[in-house]
Amino acid sequence: MFRYYLRLALLSLKRNPILSTLMVAAIGIGIGVCMTALTVYYLMSADPIPAKSSQLFAVQLDSWDPNQPVSEARPEQAPWQLTYRDAMALRESDIATHETAMYYSARIVVSENEAVPPFLAWVRLADADFFSMFGVPFLYGGPWSSEVDETARPVVVLSKRTNEQVFGGANSVGSDLQLDDQIYRVVGVLEEWNPIPKIYDVNNGPFNDTEDIFLPFSLAELASDRRSEGNTSCWKDEDITSYTGFLNSECVWIQYWAELDSPAQVREYQAFLDNYVREQQRLGRFERPLNNRLTSARDWLDVREVVRDDNRVLVSLAFMFLAVCVLNTVGLLLAKFAGKAPQISLRRALGASRGTTFAQYLVEIGLVGIAGGLLGLGLAFLGLAGVRSFEGEYSKLAHLDPVLVGAAILIALLSSLAAGLYPTWRACRIPPAAHLKTQ
Amino acid sequence: MLKMQHVSKIYRTDLVETHALRDFGVHVREGEFIAVTGPSGSGKTTFLNIAGLLETFDGGSYLLDGEDVGRLNDRRRSRVRNEKIGFIFQGFNLIPDLNVFDNVDVPLRYRGFDAAERRRRIESTLDLVGLGSRSKHIPAQLSGGQQQRVAIARALAGSPRILLADEPTGNLDSLMARQILELIEDINARGTTIVMVTHDPELARRAARSIHIIDGKVSDLEPFDPPAVAIEARASA
Repeated sequence: MFRYYLRLALLSLKRNPILSTLMVAAIGIGIGVCMTALTVYYLMSADPIPAKSSQLFAVQLDSWDPNQPVSEARPEQAPWQLTYRDAMALRESDIATHETAMYYSARIVVSENEAVPPFLAWVRLADADFFSMFGVPFLYGGPWSSEVDETARPVVVLSKRTNEQVFGGANSVGSDLQLDDQIYRVVGVLEEWNPIPKIYDVNNGPFNDTEDIFLPFSLAELASDRRSEGNTSCWKDEDITSYTGFLNSECVWIQYWAELDSPAQVREYQAFLDNYVREQQRLGRFERPLNNRLTSARDWLDVREVVRDDNRVLVSLAFMFLAVCVLNTVGLLLAKFAGKAPQISLRRALGASRGTTFAQYLVEIGLVGIAGGLLGLGLAFLGLAGVRSFEGEYSKLAHLDPVLVGAAILIALLSSLAAGLYPTWRACRIPPAAHLKTQ
Repeated sequence: MLKMQHVSKIYRTDLVETHALRDFGVHVREGEFIAVTGPSGSGKTTFLNIAGLLETFDGGSYLLDGEDVGRLNDRRRSRVRNEKIGFIFQGFNLIPDLNVFDNVDVPLRYRGFDAAERRRRIESTLDLVGLGSRSKHIPAQLSGGQQQRVAIARALAGSPRILLADEPTGNLDSLMARQILELIEDINARGTTIVMVTHDPELARRAARSIHIIDGKVSDLEPFDPPAVAIEARASA
């Protein structure tokens, strides 16, 4: 019967092209607006590493000002980042399966190829575990060895785009590359990799591109002329006159992540953090109450409010707009079914039960919904192209993926069915005899 | 075949109650052809609608083919309508979007026949009404008489036990009306019970028997010739 209903639905839509077009347009416009807002929201709130997001933990230590919390608005929170010396101390632990300290910096890339002018590259200094923890794929080579994390050596991992820019995309492992005035040996080249949001460092733009170059964190101590390019927060009135002074200061600028595979490991690591802080308290640091936090990557996006309230409001407004479109469709369907009353009476007289009639018209409404969904997808593509044209932080988020396409069709289908329930129910209540004499 | 006893039907609005049928009784035996006559508003169509399970009634009993159909739910009523009753309307009531074949197909779809069985029945009934060559035409391409033939084919395709016709020739000229009536008589001769509402005394005379309804009651019976008394109509005292 479904194919029969489908054929009847197509005939019915063809019979009233203006009414049908209006219904499809109402659903389509609602879906277009809704999907444009929802796409940005969905990608903002996506889990970029679902396989490991419950095992990766952001580490926070409350080394902040004893007189005030790091955030007046969220006084329960500890600073998002660590001091350099705390990060170095945590690196000594062997509790975590993997762990990495990291920060954001920059270097000037000087290519041997004269056709490639020197350019500024964004750099992430991290430990070797960074690559396995965050599932970073390699095109050539691999990460540096763990010895490099202990003893700094000038090695570098390039992003795919940097390798293409400097080496034309060839396997550059083993090649030398000049960053500022230092020569580095290329040990690895990444595959295309661009997690959204950039979960490992939401401090410095959660929707920014991944860095161009990755260097060992152990080089930080030597990078006196290239400090962090990321957010650095200081609370203490310290007389910082040298790079060593900065490294030993209470300024926080290092992101720290630990991979903890079991609840027991989490408890052990938490105890380690608390013991470390208590020890530091005895040395006169960490004057605030104990507030050391391990937050899973899954929760980190919520804690860091990567999806802002205005995005949620936008999505709510978009769905309200869809509701208005659905209400309009209800009106159009009531008009359409009023015109169909004689035919409904006839079909009832010829043996269609209320349930059969209901099913027949739901198929027709579903068809309107699918057509509206397809139109809505087209409008969403246009809307997202508009978002991309602004080139702001949302420009990377304005892409439909198969899940969103499926969601668009599903939402359109559900919307149209919601719109059609009342008109269809009314149509089914038409007594069989009501219009047979008047046709 | 069709037996109503003490049937009443009242249409109610906020202000008015209209008694469309009162203490109405009729008995139609299998294979009969009866005409139902009466002035406008007398209750002929209400009787036909109740007989066809298109409307419910307020009191009394109604047995169709031995089954008490007064208390059936919607699904069962629809099933009985589809399997046992064929309708012919004054206004033909064809679906304008569908061609002749698909119009005749409508009740068969609800019956659940497979495609081959539907095709066999449709072709056979269209041949019976003389429209075998017009199956791809849409109703607008047919004359009034041809449209009524399609409606008759649609009513017959499911092999109903009883055919209910409401002014089947009311929208046709005399020549076409005569042809349609001859077709209905032919169908009756093949064994299908027919109840026909008509205003036309000439047509009523073509039926084996007729009943006259006034103000929702059977006011007059015209007895059949032997072999059997086929109608028991009770006017209320």
